[in-house]
Amino acid sequence: MSQAPLLQMRQIDKWFGGVHAVSHVDFDVRAGEIHALIGENGAGKSTLVRILSGAIQADAGEIVFDGRKLHMRGPKDAEAAGIAMIHQELSLCPNMSVAENIFLGSEPLGPMRTVSWRRLRADAESYLRHLDTPIDVTRAVEEYGIATQQMVEVAKVLSRNAKLIVMDEPTSALTDTEAQRLFEIIRALKAEGVAIVYISHKMEEIYELADRVTVMRDSHWIGTAEASDLAPGQLIEWMVGRKIETLFPKRSVELGEELLRVEDAVLRANDGTDRLLVDHASLSLRAGEILGLGGLRGAGNSELLGLLFGQFSHADVEVCLRGERVRIGRPSDALAQRIALLTNDRKTTGLVLSMSVLHNMTLASLKRMGPTPLVVPREEVRAALPLRQRLSVKTASLDIEVSALSGGNQQKVALAKWLMTEPDVLLLDEPTRGIDVGAKAEIYELMNELASQGKGILLITSELPELVEMSDRILVFHRGRITKELRGEEMTQQNVMAAAMSGASSHA
Amino acid sequence: MPEDREPQEAPETVDGAEMEEAARRLGPRNPVLRFLSQNRGVTALLAVVILGALFTPQRGVNGPYLVNVITGHAEPLRDSDGAWNPPRFLTTKIHSDVLYEYAEYGLLAVGMTLVILTAGIDLSVGSVLGIAAVTFAYLLIARGTPPAVAIAGAAGMGTLCGLINGFLVSKLHLQPFVATLAMMVAARGGAKVISGGYKIQAGGADWYWVQGDLPEFMTWMVSPSYGGFLRPVTLLFIVSLLVMVVVVKYTRFGRYLYAVGGNEEAARLSGVPVTGTKILAYSLCGFFAGLAGFCNACRTGLGNPEAGTTFELDAIAAVVIGGTSLAGGRGAMILTLLGALIVGYIDKALSVNNVDVAYRLLAKGLIIVIAVVIQSRRRTN
Repeated sequence: MSQAPLLQMRQIDKWFGGVHAVSHVDFDVRAGEIHALIGENGAGKSTLVRILSGAIQADAGEIVFDGRKLHMRGPKDAEAAGIAMIHQELSLCPNMSVAENIFLGSEPLGPMRTVSWRRLRADAESYLRHLDTPIDVTRAVEEYGIATQQMVEVAKVLSRNAKLIVMDEPTSALTDTEAQRLFEIIRALKAEGVAIVYISHKMEEIYELADRVTVMRDSHWIGTAEASDLAPGQLIEWMVGRKIETLFPKRSVELGEELLRVEDAVLRANDGTDRLLVDHASLSLRAGEILGLGGLRGAGNSELLGLLFGQFSHADVEVCLRGERVRIGRPSDALAQRIALLTNDRKTTGLVLSMSVLHNMTLASLKRMGPTPLVVPREEVRAALPLRQRLSVKTASLDIEVSALSGGNQQKVALAKWLMTEPDVLLLDEPTRGIDVGAKAEIYELMNELASQGKGILLITSELPELVEMSDRILVFHRGRITKELRGEEMTQQNVMAAAMSGASSHA
Repeated sequence: MPEDREPQEAPETVDGAEMEEAARRLGPRNPVLRFLSQNRGVTALLAVVILGALFTPQRGVNGPYLVNVITGHAEPLRDSDGAWNPPRFLTTKIHSDVLYEYAEYGLLAVGMTLVILTAGIDLSVGSVLGIAAVTFAYLLIARGTPPAVAIAGAAGMGTLCGLINGFLVSKLHLQPFVATLAMMVAARGGAKVISGGYKIQAGGADWYWVQGDLPEFMTWMVSPSYGGFLRPVTLLFIVSLLVMVVVVKYTRFGRYLYAVGGNEEAARLSGVPVTGTKILAYSLCGFFAGLAGFCNACRTGLGNPEAGTTFELDAIAAVVIGGTSLAGGRGAMILTLLGALIVGYIDKALSVNNVDVAYRLLAKGLIIVIAVVIQSRRRTN
């Protein structure tokens, strides 16, 4: 290629306090290219693109974009140059209209320097039509689903003449069909000469979309290659620095006694409709068993886990635990019965981000640490250190805020919190969401280890291979009910998906 | 431009040498400087005291010491009798005064810190101080109960108000601002009901138990004891604060404050008793406001139903200047002491130089802004 790349980042260096987040990284992107940037959580790719989008400034290195050297003092400079970023958590104002969001900060003005609402609407509509998303632009963003909101975000960056768009795990909240539509849009943008930097943890997406792949690990640049030349095994080796023979470790565990039996559990919606979110669900979990709960979002599997943990203040449930009937109405009931719930969103329901790693780890175990209301720091550290080691949580110190850790390490801290309570029954809701391959493998190992210790695990995951490979048995939920049980040979991705969709055809 | 380069080896993990390098980047190597750079509150307080020393006058001399040294008007530090004559900031009396004058604000700020850590706010503490002061004076002066009963009455009244606040916030889910605003108005009304709208003072009405001088107990609370340095009121403030430093740092309740303020839902799902934590935080805040009311009655020698008006703002200011976040979940009790002292010392340094109170208020506003800017910078770094 003789043509100079659209973007060149040279020898970028960034420190956060004591952490070397990006270390002498070179990165270049050509015009009209889809460039996947991948690496484990904490590898430094988020930091790199935040530097690119002007959110933070590099300590050293230079950025050349479109033939000009950029001096970025803030996101405005990046935007002016034509670099836009679409975050994992969308940055729209949910209460404002679609059109207002698209032109927020650059509203078309009328003759009196007032906002020209007519042009605002017309322009917004034309951008969205271009993206094959003809929606009512006068309605509030929050009225639309996440996939549509993402299109609004894309329209927003296109309206600013973006030449390069960074997308940070754009499909993490999308269904497969929605993701496919997004890919079409991305390819269309590419055809128009827009360059895309695509961050993802999903292998299939990378191979489906990317022209080139750049891998980062431990804040360093590891390699860049044409996607077609890069074998998946090689890619994973770059990412984790070691060969992962099998992602899903095989195990054989003797199943023990029945640990938990749920009979006709019911959860009503708390919105006055009396809709049944969980509709008379029954299941039995044996010691050492990993029982997968399949189903589309909102099918009732996630709600059942919440119900079993006493998450809902308007509902409680009676279950048979270790042969005894117990009633669970509050999280503290569940904790007392040695049930733990790893929620599916570590940031909003899993961790207290403003507290330290140590304090998050011990939060659910403080009562067990002693009869007095006192908390002894030495005891806390003594309880936390083995877990830090066992889960290999990468943190400079137990005392730093957990928000400073990468996603995978945050997830490990959330897991450590629950393991410290020594639960018999673990309710794992998306235990590997948004974390990298290496950390995933570690969590799979851990689940097997826990099962072999005689714990029972209820597992929810939206990644079908994970569900199929990790579970001993799978129950599939459909509209609040358990509609299918899959065992042994029947446990295939196709069967799970078919059961999850069945009867949904009229609503699909 | 090199095409698709060969992969290079990255280090396995962050190794020891890199950690040390990282540690070095965190600050100066000198342990004293490092401590100061990491504890800006202490640094700020030290700076204020040193500046205070340089800019306060000596006994028998007018004008800042530093100015007098430069212009040659300063007295020698040892006068002819060999007695010390330092700038007034280096005398114990001035520190004793600052602590005494800030004891009431300080007590309010102690309780306020608990509430703010839970991401709440308590606007009612000034009024609660008023109702407690009136309750105390009523019991002691008008009814002639023993001081212990009167103190219990004041503290109990404060706790009750706090309990109601806590109930409104955690059970009825009122916004803390609204719930405590209502209490701020209501408690002021309650103070006027109890006192009949008058100041309760010795001999104030025919039927009062105390017709002669102030009860001895009230005078004792505010007279210098303990070597002439500390007054009982000051001691009450310091002991309360130290106890709460320990409570916040080393008890489950303290940890729960941070958890509830940082992420209420995550705290609830970790088995934290969110409702109980909030009710206790607001109740303790009311309790300390009650103690402050009792101190106020002793200091002024009467139960004034208007006592404590706008004190809640001083309490919030002390908490904020200390660096505890109004968003909740971040901060510490000891920071509140620093915040209260910084405001107290700056105010004192200005007042001994006869700076008009109007300018002192302007200065206080400036301090709040500067303190918060420094704190937020540190957080983003």
